[in-house]
This record gives sequence, structure tokens and C-alpha cells, in this order.
Amino acid sequence: MYLITAIIRPERLDAAREALQAAGVAGLTVSEAAGFGRQRGHVQVYRGAEYAVDLLPKVRLEVLAEDTTAPGLVDVLVAAANTGHAGDGKVWLHRLDDVVRVSTGERGPGAV
Amino acid sequence: MEMTTAQVWQMVAATLVLLMTPALAFFYGGMTRAKSVLNMMMMSFISVGIIGVVWVLWGYSAASGGSSVGGLFGNPFEAFGLQGMLSGEDFDAGVLINVGYQATFAIITVALISGAIADRAKFGAWALFVPVWVSLVYCPIAYWVWGGGLLSSDGAIGSWAGAAIDFAGGTVVHINAGVAGLVLALILGKRKGFGVDPRQRPHNIPFVMLGAALLWFGWFGFNGGAAAEAGQAGLIWINTLAAPGAAMIGWLLTERIRDGHPTSFGAASGIVAGLVAITPACANVSPVGAIGLGLVAGVASALAVGLKYRWGFDDSLDVVGVHLVSGLIGTLALGFIAVPDAEGAGAGLFYGGGLAQFWAQLVAAVVAIAWTALATAVIGLIIHKTMGFRVSDKDEETGVDLTEHAETAYEFAGLGTGSRLVPHPATSSHLRQSPVPTTSTPTPGQEN
Repeated sequence: MYLITAIIRPERLDAAREALQAAGVAGLTVSEAAGFGRQRGHVQVYRGAEYAVDLLPKVRLEVLAEDTTAPGLVDVLVAAANTGHAGDGKVWLHRLDDVVRVSTGERGPGAV
Repeated sequence: MEMTTAQVWQMVAATLVLLMTPALAFFYGGMTRAKSVLNMMMMSFISVGIIGVVWVLWGYSAASGGSSVGGLFGNPFEAFGLQGMLSGEDFDAGVLINVGYQATFAIITVALISGAIADRAKFGAWALFVPVWVSLVYCPIAYWVWGGGLLSSDGAIGSWAGAAIDFAGGTVVHINAGVAGLVLALILGKRKGFGVDPRQRPHNIPFVMLGAALLWFGWFGFNGGAAAEAGQAGLIWINTLAAPGAAMIGWLLTERIRDGHPTSFGAASGIVAGLVAITPACANVSPVGAIGLGLVAGVASALAVGLKYRWGFDDSLDVVGVHLVSGLIGTLALGFIAVPDAEGAGAGLFYGGGLAQFWAQLVAAVVAIAWTALATAVIGLIIHKTMGFRVSDKDEETGVDLTEHAETAYEFAGLGTGSRLVPHPATSSHLRQSPVPTTSTPTPGQEN
């Protein structure tokens, strides 16, 4: 079992979610995030004074996957979130020891 | 007694002007950081409360109603509590209505100053400054210009230099507040991180635009409430539309050329700069003159707001750059673009009046600046050296909303949870049921 975590552009979230659902994902978690990477920040101007904003808004998307489907889902996610520019984000995989479905107490791959 | 249309209009106008101070609270509140927006808004709101009382007790008497004390101010005790004004032989409903109308001007003038000391003033010090300043600075200057004192045509200075034109408050309100703001900004000193900390940027531009919109709405009463007849009222209304419109365009063009983008904050600021500039001139310039005046004021204020970084004074929300600069432009411009009245008096240079009117405008501005600078410095320094005008560094860091008012403007997820509610202790003992958590939660911002 794997936890797939993706930090992506907020505007690519809908496309990523639709692609994952089409690939059979039954549930995922989304949260707001901010960070920096190779993409540079931007400058805001208030009454002529410039304010550099270097932590940019991103979306963190987390989805659990079984051993067999995880690599495929990563490919789906990367394809959906890609715009070809710096700032598209990162996707990583984490191997998990156990997963529990809270409502039933079910454990392991069946709970994914 | 039947109300005349002029009386009805002045009551409506007074109500419009009163709304300008809560509007200013939004205009200023949006410009501060999220952690000090309530304190910013409260500095405006408390001005309404305190001056509403002061004006009835002695403010009106000192600014207008009392007999002249050397041309400097009215006798503050003569109409104390508006005694003798409510009935009897001398009763005049129009004067009573005018008391209220004038009060709203005093209120917003003081509230305007608060923009210079955002994020760092003790609320108690401000609440003391408000009644003292309005009594010793606003009331005399209003008396000099409008009450028949020093700067009026019969006054000691006005009869020498000529009577300045200030229809709705270029000197009394805007130059006055602008200079007082500069003096307080210098006394309190810079915010920590001024000019360096990128978090000191406006937290809610929609508030700023809402405030600018409501200020503009109220300003039609501010400029037009004292119109003597319908033609003048119409001219004032049109000028109060055209000048801020031109100033908005001027400010946005300046930003577009200098910074690359026209901003919504710039549009809101341009409106206010134009309103300030047209204030003294609204009844004495042509609509085309108002457009030219607005354009100049919009460009000048857009450039002037940057000076605080060059010269190192933390006039946080640009009371100087907007109110002093555009107030001076409107006041001095009358020396050039004032249209002569029916008798041919009060003409500016462009209408064949020579430089006489400009001289009168300049003298009035200088006198107002000198008195407000001196008196504000004395009042501000006494407060600062005794009770202290500025919060501690730690409170400034925490945010004055929490430390001065024990409130926060916004509850973001997490910050307002995991805590405990104790209804008012004196009335809620019956609500205290079994086990109340024994660990005491320290009051926010006061843990040491």
C-alpha cells in the first residue's frame, strides 16, 4: 500500500481529480499549501510600494493506493498536473505499513 | 414650525457626513494588517462617540456658538450643553440643525489623523488625545475660518491678507488632519519593520474600496450641506463627482506608467485624493476647473505617498500623502481657478483677480499648519511622556487587536477552537456544571 502525495498548481486540481477518478480512485484528500521551488515568486504593488511574495499557493493532494495501482496513478497524476513549466510541483510515494477504515475497523488493502 | 427645504437638506447632509467616519474605518481598516484592523476601526468609531459628547458640551460653543475670545475661539461656556439654544426668544431651528452638521466635521477630522499611527497606538492614549485635540486644535481653526475669527474677512489676519476661500474644509479638515497625522507619526515613531517587513501590506482591499465608496457617498453631504441656494448646490454636486473621477484617472495613469499596473487600491486612493482637493473649492470653481484640480491632485498624491519611505516617517496609511498634499493643492489652487462671485470678488489669477486670492489662500494654509503642528506636538508629547502613546514592542508584535481590545477580527480554523467559553462571570454561575477543566487558560496575549 502506498500514500501518494502531490503538490500541484491550484488550477490543475480539477483536472487531476477527474483523471484520478477516471482511473478508479474512490477517495482523496485535498488541502491548501504554500511553498517555493524553482518557480520564482511574484511582486505585488500597493500605493507604489513593492512587496515580493515568494511562498506561492499550491494544493496538496493525498490519495491511498494499492501496490498494483500506485505506479499507474502517479503517471495519471503527473500527466494531469503537468503544464511544462517550473512550478508544476512534485509527486512522491510513501510505502505504508497499515491502513484502517474508521467506520468499519477494516484493515489493510481492503481499507484503501 | 415647518421645516424649510434647506433645513431638511442640511439634516440629510449631516447624516451623510456622519456615515463618512465609519466609512473611513473601513477605508483605513482594510489597509492595516489583519491583526490590527479592529483597533484601526475603533480609532474612528471612538471619535464619533467622544466628539458627539464633546460637541454638545463645549465644542460647538468654542468653534462657532460662543462670543469671540480675541478672535481665537468662541467662549466654550456660553452655549455649554447647548443651553439657551432650545427655546426662548433667540431660538433658531436652523442653528440647532447646524450644530449637528458641524459636529460631523469635527468627528471625521480627528478620525482622519488615526491613519498615521496604525498598528501601534495605545487605545487609551488615543481616547484621551481625541477630546483634547478637538478642543484645542479643531475648534479654534474652525472658528478662525468659519466662525468669524482670525482668518475670516473681519479677523485680524483675514482683514490683512484677505479672506481665504474654504467652503467645506481644506484647511480646517484636511490640512489640519494631515499635519496632525505627521506630527503624531513622528512622536510615536516607526512601526517595527517599517519599509522592510513585507507583511505590512493591506490585508483587505475590498474593505478599502467599500470605504472609498461610502466616503464618496457621504462627501456629497460634506461639500453640499452648506449650499446657500439650489444653483450652488447643483454646482457642488457636479464638482464632487468630477474632481474625484479625474483624480482616480490621474492616480491610475501614474501607477500604469510608473509601476506597470493600475491597482484597485490606487483607484480607491485617487477618489479620496480628489474629494480632498475639491473640498475647499467645491462651490468656487467651474466643473472643468474641478476636473483639472482633480487630475493634478490624483497625480500629486500618487507620487507623494512614496515620500515617507525616502524621508523615513511612518505615516502608515498616508494621511500626509493624501490629505495634506491634496488639501494643500485644493486650497492653493483656488488662488488660480476661483471663479469670482456676483460682485466680482474672490477671483483667482486665471479669472483676472491677480495674486491677491492666492496670497489669502497661502496665508490661511500657513497659519493652520503652524497652529496644528505646534499644538499637536504639545498634546502628543505630553501624552507620550506621561501615559505613553505607543504599545510595547511585544504587544505590537502580538497585534493591537488582541492586546488592546482582547479580540481578533477573523477566526481562522484552529485559532478559535480548543478553548473554553466562560459567559459573563457575574451572571452565569448557574451555568457552571460539573467538571470545569481545572487548567486555567491564560487570557490571549497576556501570557508572560
